[in-house]
Amino acid sequence: MAGVSTKEIKNRIRSMESTKQITKAMEMVAASKLRRAQAQIQNSRPYFEILRDTIDDIVENNHDFSSPYLTGRPVKKVAYIVIAGDRGLAGGYNSNVLKLALSHIGSKEAVVLPIGKKAVDFFRSKHIEILSDNYAVAADISIGGCFSVAKQLSQLFRSGQFDEVYVVYTDFVSVLSQTPAIMQLLPLVREDRKPQGVSRDFLYEPDCTEVFERIVPEYLGGILYGALCESRAAEQAARRTAMDSATSNAEDMIADLSLKFNRARQAAITQEITEIVAGS
Amino acid sequence: MTPFPLKIVTPDGLIFDGQAEELVVRTTSGDLGILAGHINCVAPLGMGRATVVMEGKRRYAACIGGMVSVVNGAVTLVPTTFEWAESIDAARAEASLQRAEAILHKKDTTDTELKLAQARLHRALVRKSVASGK
Repeated sequence: MAGVSTKEIKNRIRSMESTKQITKAMEMVAASKLRRAQAQIQNSRPYFEILRDTIDDIVENNHDFSSPYLTGRPVKKVAYIVIAGDRGLAGGYNSNVLKLALSHIGSKEAVVLPIGKKAVDFFRSKHIEILSDNYAVAADISIGGCFSVAKQLSQLFRSGQFDEVYVVYTDFVSVLSQTPAIMQLLPLVREDRKPQGVSRDFLYEPDCTEVFERIVPEYLGGILYGALCESRAAEQAARRTAMDSATSNAEDMIADLSLKFNRARQAAITQEITEIVAGS
Repeated sequence: MTPFPLKIVTPDGLIFDGQAEELVVRTTSGDLGILAGHINCVAPLGMGRATVVMEGKRRYAACIGGMVSVVNGAVTLVPTTFEWAESIDAARAEASLQRAEAILHKKDTTDTELKLAQARLHRALVRKSVASGK
């Protein structure tokens, strides 16, 4: 009896060890990808902050509501851009962002532009209308891709295919904490900011409608790229944490099993000795 | 000349944050020159050469897409790409130019391909001319 159980335990330890090696390797890969993603965020953050501030300033001081991007209209259909990962094994990263998107959609009529394989699969299984699955691989999308998505979306928005556009992504707060977030892209909303007290009239060159028509797709592309960068970094960070805890769990289990193994071995030896002593 | 605060940011990072005396950019409706005390203004950018004068020195750059805004005297240039003349890879621009021309010369190009190739040609030409300083 003891012989069988030591063999079983040995097998389990071996399989644990190979699992540990895999999780350890994944953790290290995620850590190095995370470093790259973080550097990318660092480079692009000033761009988004300044872009957002500038657009906010312009929108706040706009008194000419001729652009369709500025005026809300009765909402019939809502478009969501949902950014998730391509692979699993990243803790709650995918499920958190997808759950948030689903709860925000609720019972509204919605169309989704999923980015990342997990998002495509998820919305397909929920039978929610998908705008295009050209952007299934989140890791492959370049900044040019973001701009073409933005152009397409703003065109559809202008033609009345949908009346609001949101982006659902994961905010990279720190290496240890990532929170899913929703941002409204269109129509351009005025954020609750303190009025600056100065009356500021803007000179639009050549005119307001034209300016917004050209700037908005650029702005959306920029914001989308930012959200994508944040999400990518968040994914790697989530994976790193998940794999780190998987590795330490494996270590705990191996320690536990080794103890059991040694006990079983000890018991078998003791039994053998008792048998020999009793027999002599 | 009186300097004004200027910020240039692209998705690749903050390129310039400091004082400048003059800025000339190519907007979609032609060149726009900005000096200190300019009225609040916003304009989308086209593709072309940007000129920045700082501390009396004149620097050129290839500046493509995005927008320029003046808010309370602070100028913000948010282009899609912005390369100083000295850091432009002329060989790459030349290669891109030839690729675009090859596509334009083909007979069976679709409309979108044609548009993309035209845009690429335009960008390459801007880069080349800025790099050669003409």
